[in-house]
Amino acid sequence: MLVATLLVSSFIIFSALFIAPGNPIAVLSGGRTLPPESVKILEARYHLDDPFLTQYWLWLKGALHGDFGISIALRENVSTLIASRIGTTAALVLYASVLILVIGIGLGLVAGLRRGLLDTSVLAATAISAAIPSFVAAIVLILLFSVKLTVFPSLGNGRGVFGTIYHLTLPAVALAISSLAIVARVTRASVREEFEREHVQTAVSRGIPSRQLIRRHVLRNAAIPITTIAGITIASLIAIAAVVERAFGLNGLGAYLVAAANSKDFAVVQGISLVLVAAFVVVNLLVDLLYAVLDPRVDLGSRAL
Amino acid sequence: MSETRASGDAIADLEALAPPALLEVGGLVVDLLVEGELRTVLHDISLTVQPGEALGLVGESGSGKSMTARAIDRLLPEGARVRGSIRFDGRDVMALSGSALRRYRGEVAMIFQDPRAHTNPVRRVGDFMTEALRTNAGVPRHEAEDRAVELLESVGIADGRRRLTQYPHELSGGLLQRAMIATALLTEPRLLLADEPTTALDVTTQAEVMAILDELRRELGLAMVFITHNLELAAAVCDRTVVMYAGQVVEVRSSALLHTDPLHPYTAALAAARPDIASTADRLLAISGRPLSAFEAPPDECAFAPRCPHVRDRCRECRPPLVELDGGRSRCVRAEELRGRLGVRPHG
Amino acid sequence: MSDVAAPVEKPAYRSWFALLRATGAAGVASAVVIAMATLVAALGPALAPDSPFLGQLSYSYVGSIVGHPLGFDGQGRDLLSRLLVGARTSMVGPLAVVVLCVAVGTVLAVSAAWRRGAYDAFVSSGLDILFAFPGILLAILAATVFGAGLVAATLALSIAYTPYVARVLRGAALRERSQQYVAALEVQGASALSICLRHLIPNMLPLIVAQGTILFGYAMVDLAAISFLGLGVQPPNPDWGVMISENQSGVVQGYPLAALSAGICIVVVVVAFNILGERLYDQAQARRR
Repeated sequence: MLVATLLVSSFIIFSALFIAPGNPIAVLSGGRTLPPESVKILEARYHLDDPFLTQYWLWLKGALHGDFGISIALRENVSTLIASRIGTTAALVLYASVLILVIGIGLGLVAGLRRGLLDTSVLAATAISAAIPSFVAAIVLILLFSVKLTVFPSLGNGRGVFGTIYHLTLPAVALAISSLAIVARVTRASVREEFEREHVQTAVSRGIPSRQLIRRHVLRNAAIPITTIAGITIASLIAIAAVVERAFGLNGLGAYLVAAANSKDFAVVQGISLVLVAAFVVVNLLVDLLYAVLDPRVDLGSRAL
Repeated sequence: MSETRASGDAIADLEALAPPALLEVGGLVVDLLVEGELRTVLHDISLTVQPGEALGLVGESGSGKSMTARAIDRLLPEGARVRGSIRFDGRDVMALSGSALRRYRGEVAMIFQDPRAHTNPVRRVGDFMTEALRTNAGVPRHEAEDRAVELLESVGIADGRRRLTQYPHELSGGLLQRAMIATALLTEPRLLLADEPTTALDVTTQAEVMAILDELRRELGLAMVFITHNLELAAAVCDRTVVMYAGQVVEVRSSALLHTDPLHPYTAALAAARPDIASTADRLLAISGRPLSAFEAPPDECAFAPRCPHVRDRCRECRPPLVELDGGRSRCVRAEELRGRLGVRPHG
Repeated sequence: MSDVAAPVEKPAYRSWFALLRATGAAGVASAVVIAMATLVAALGPALAPDSPFLGQLSYSYVGSIVGHPLGFDGQGRDLLSRLLVGARTSMVGPLAVVVLCVAVGTVLAVSAAWRRGAYDAFVSSGLDILFAFPGILLAILAATVFGAGLVAATLALSIAYTPYVARVLRGAALRERSQQYVAALEVQGASALSICLRHLIPNMLPLIVAQGTILFGYAMVDLAAISFLGLGVQPPNPDWGVMISENQSGVVQGYPLAALSAGICIVVVVVAFNILGERLYDQAQARRR
């Protein structure tokens, strides 16, 4: 199923070239006028004389080998341009994912296992943060931590490991905040629900001590729905990262994608889109594999592969 | 007429004479928190179980039979209020906590109705079976597994070793319930609480599982509280039967006499309502109206009065007390008069 | 034998008003907020005290003065006016997305649930493939292909969200389909179309409305994000997403109000939709039982 998604998506991305108004050359050039030699190069590179499906196949093959075409605006290989920026995006998404998993699940567990004030405050806080879009969170964070309390920088990538972490903190938080809230809520609900399950009653009736009960029966089972929501939110980070990168002036794939869309640099848009969709599919695949480990009822053969 | 006396004195006298019971429930009242309100689900439940004795607990849904078992095993939901006494081997069950409570849980084992809902789907059968032994009794894994395999064999599951490595969803309902029974016996309990153990199974499997349960129980000399809605099943398997209605005990009788000489109109109605495959009838006898839960029963009259074919004005004056009668007990003010007339009537 | 009083049954909802009341205080409060936002969106320009387009650069980021309670944005335009007029594009986009998704989703879901068999398998697989494709990505692609603008973004998001809506509704449609009244109607000779239109879909309405409400929140966030990126509503049009991006520089310079106020508007309305949507969904579930 996921492979099908990848194929269909790549097909859509590829065909976009032909859906766009104007002939492919015009689309690729993004409305710029090109000298005839450039046109010839483009025609050859994209095999525009060949039938449609052949073109698709060749493009796909090229993409699998890392050839995504040429950027009109910068006259460089798209693949080089992607490579130089993918690190930032990957780091950002990773950072945000860690935040979501550690804080989101952590808060959810604490709220789910205990009642009272802690639980209510987590519920209230997550209800609001779940609705805060990343770019709004970005503004607020910049305001609070860059301007008022000059703790974090508001722009740029930073250098080296620590520099990067320092610079990426605010963006990662902005990216993570609403997903974090959702994961926390689902975690809390799942834990609560597992507690009510009959098999937990059985374990209680056999005198299993509380700590062990929670670990082996409640948490282990709640891990399944928690993995689902964590997987969905992390996969969606890949797209939302573009917004955050823009807000913080980060030099990542997402920001570049938007810039290319604005300047109608078609090859770049196609290339980055393909990379992002592939990343998306990979994350989903990992989640499915994790499922198979967590839930013995899942039949791996019938799923993604 | 003076042979019937008020419940308190008679019961106390009788109990003073009897050998110490394994389980004694006295005047149990349980209120549950439902939508913010406390509602009574069990009212004045008193019963005793002798060591090695099988006691049936019969009633329709909502009669409180499951709740009684849960109260005994301390499995009531949060916010429940329990009054009265539950004593196991002389110990006050309600006062137990911590490791004492866990030890109690090892001596009293519960078998639930739906085995699939009551087993953790992500853990293997072996894990589930040996968990209590390994955790509470500190038995090393391989020894616990050996014992598990032995017990699986005694419940009729042959390739125990393989079964231990399987997951619950790989076993059929009947197999799973047998495994549950084996698990319950692993901790060498002295009392079994079986909450409708065969209701969720298909008919053929029911008979098999029931037979295994009964045989094992007798072999090991375990006491059992057997909960069911099926009066005949209880009578077949248990020495004495307690009949419950609307959260109250309405009759206690030795199983042999339950059909021929019941002491409460409800019991008679239950027995009569069961279709007899050997005879024909124009209409199936049903008890009109529907069963009440404890909190729906008005406190100042007999709970069964609206549906009772033998009702009189007296029945609506106050809630009848449980009285001693002919070695059994009945919560009917007319029990004495109706003696002998409540037996199972032929159909048609 | 005398009758024993039965426990009180939950009343069926005789009106939408009753349904709303059942969502509790939070639900009603959210509905009020949404109603106000809709009013502002509808009346926008009429309510604005000043022009949202004309501004004087010398007033850039000036704070509150007489006649301009919220001050000015980066281009010297009256902030309050821009917020009020911006409500229109910020709400219309999501509305279009919801209408499209619900319409197409319902048709797909009900037809798949009704026909079942190969058709259902085909539709379901198709939906599954597109299911989790990120809407923003599709919108960016659409912007590249068709040029930036609200229409392209709206269409892209609709395409991205429809699988999700269709999947939820298909489940509900399947459940309705297996109800006894449907079999009874079929036996009476009613046509599939009439059963679906007059019975199936109306019974699913509470769920459809709940789903649509929740969807509105998501669509609003995504569309604002796309406008923020410059690929949706274009400046100088006032739109809450656009306003945040336009006035972002102000934040660093120490004038956060312009960007922040637009952000707050978005969050408040989205929270209202989320809360109302969740409550409606709970009601739809409870009512099914």
